[in-house]
Amino acid sequence: MRWPSFFHRRRRKFSSPQGRNQNLHRALRILSVVSSKLMENKGVLMTCPMSSYLEEQLQKRFRLLKLWDSQMKADFLKQNSQLISAVVGNTVLGADSELIDSLPNLEIVSSNSVGLDKIDLVKCKERGIRVTNTPDVLTDDVADLAIGLALATLRKISVADGFLRNGLWKNSDFGLTTKFSGKSVGIIGLGRIGSAIAKRAKAFGCPIGYHSRSRKPNANYKYYSSVIDLAANCQILVVACALTDETRHIVNREVIDALGPKGILINIGRGPHVDESELVSALVEGRLGGAGLDVYENEPEIPEKLFQLQNVVLLSHVGSDTVETCKAMADLVLANLEAHFLGKPLLTPVV
Amino acid sequence: MASIVLYLNNSAKDITFPLLEDRFQFLNPNTSSDSSFSSLAGTVRILLCVANSPVNSETLDKYPSLECVVGSTTGLNHIDLAECRRRGIRVTNAGDAFADDAADYAVGLLIDTLRRISAADRFVRAGSWAVKGLFPLSYKVWGKRVGIAGMGSIGRRISKRLQAFGCSIAYNSRKPKANISFPFYASVQELASNVDILVVCLALTNETRHIITRDVMKALGKEGIIVNIGRGSLIDEKEMVKLLVKGEIGGAGLDVFENEPVVPQELYALGNVVLSPHRGGAVPESLLRLQEIMIANIEAFFANKPLLSEIELE
Repeated sequence: MRWPSFFHRRRRKFSSPQGRNQNLHRALRILSVVSSKLMENKGVLMTCPMSSYLEEQLQKRFRLLKLWDSQMKADFLKQNSQLISAVVGNTVLGADSELIDSLPNLEIVSSNSVGLDKIDLVKCKERGIRVTNTPDVLTDDVADLAIGLALATLRKISVADGFLRNGLWKNSDFGLTTKFSGKSVGIIGLGRIGSAIAKRAKAFGCPIGYHSRSRKPNANYKYYSSVIDLAANCQILVVACALTDETRHIVNREVIDALGPKGILINIGRGPHVDESELVSALVEGRLGGAGLDVYENEPEIPEKLFQLQNVVLLSHVGSDTVETCKAMADLVLANLEAHFLGKPLLTPVV
Repeated sequence: MASIVLYLNNSAKDITFPLLEDRFQFLNPNTSSDSSFSSLAGTVRILLCVANSPVNSETLDKYPSLECVVGSTTGLNHIDLAECRRRGIRVTNAGDAFADDAADYAVGLLIDTLRRISAADRFVRAGSWAVKGLFPLSYKVWGKRVGIAGMGSIGRRISKRLQAFGCSIAYNSRKPKANISFPFYASVQELASNVDILVVCLALTNETRHIITRDVMKALGKEGIIVNIGRGSLIDEKEMVKLLVKGEIGGAGLDVFENEPVVPQELYALGNVVLSPHRGGAVPESLLRLQEIMIANIEAFFANKPLLSEIELE
């Protein structure tokens, strides 16, 4: 980039340390203005409503196009395809093959999620499209929620809350629940989130076992090479791995049977990790002790039979939906986009 | 011949202690025949107090040979401890029988309140996810500043658990504890001013009644959360309800209330409140442990050995 000529004249004039400082600040201001101008024209497609803060910031800094603004998505994309340099997607709607094909000038997909199952990574690699996600900032929220779900399921906290709100305590006792401390916890996937869950469960005196593609050398927990063995040897099974072709339905009927009528399943991964119809039958028939679920195979649809059960807790994919983390994730999405358009290294690249 | 233990159950709870029934002979004023009861009432030396059955002067007058009251709960505010002290009667409580489960429950209520777990479960079961879309954002647990009012066996266990959630811990109790390194605050007011979440797990006494005043709750701030697993009367409930309804504190997780089982109805409409029917310790495993502790106390008493979970009567 060539600096305007007035910049050079001023540089010679202010050669003292104070002058150099003033000069630097002026340069930075100019750089900031130029950068903003550069980015204002960059077309960014947001795939669905996900965060009003993110939407506002994208609107401010870029040329924002919202895919949900139009009923006729195909026409909308056709009309605007040349403009779009970036896609901001999430776990609901990412960047699949069809979308990527329709955007000839797409340079980057900055996902407002850590999960990448809704992005065609192979296609992105082929086309040289960069991909970023939001790891780390949401690890604690998801791990906190996993433990919260386990406690709510075992100690029937939500059922008890409903018992009181319906005025039932006046005439009857609530009854005993079941202990959490000291129960063995099995974690499928010992990545950032799995490790964070293990750390919390340990503080409750829970022995930890795990399964992952390979043994983790620094993990001080018992490794199981099969999910069935893990399920047979724990009382609380937590799904915390990434969703890939290999991990689809990783929790199937055999695993559920191995977990057994006193076991509970906690799913804060993805709905397709679990064979949902098998899960529902097992819960209804009493072959599985209970479940705490944040995710489902066909969100926002939830099998109605689950609504009748008191040994399940049902959330609406809120794993990282806190005020604090939503902002942190959005800031990371924005920072990655800005880094890309300014030719700087991406903060959290995947591709 | 089995030792005789006076079994007092004037609570509304239908609880049995099968392990004790095997070992001791219970003298039950509600079921013993008049003749056997009156001859033994004057000589029985130890009383098992079931749940929150009141033990006061009137009770103690009936059994003039009593030397020991064995409680079956952690909190003993239903027992006139001053009167026991005056009569030289020793008192034991449930020791740590319920401590782990009470601590688990406090953490569960805390996470539920901040992360709106029960509220989200209601939202989903009402079919609102498909119709209304996203559930509103909740609040992060990780890294919050937690103040524990009452650093006894339950408070310590709560601290250990919450540290794994990145929370910093501070506490208040009658005096600083020698082997606790967390910052100590001499008053609950000061503690509340310096934390985001106040967990109440104090014993209820004349001194601690309504210790959580309106001012203490206001010091917690608009985003502050209260979790109460102690006793309802530790908190000025009327003031708490007003503050919650007006949005002047951020939320509450409540296992106990001033007039159980009555729960202030204004709380039903609030999504930032989690309500629970005094179930903090109620798991089968803890009842087993409770019986072990009570058996140990009774056997130690009859063997003239130190009691397992004797409480200090001031």
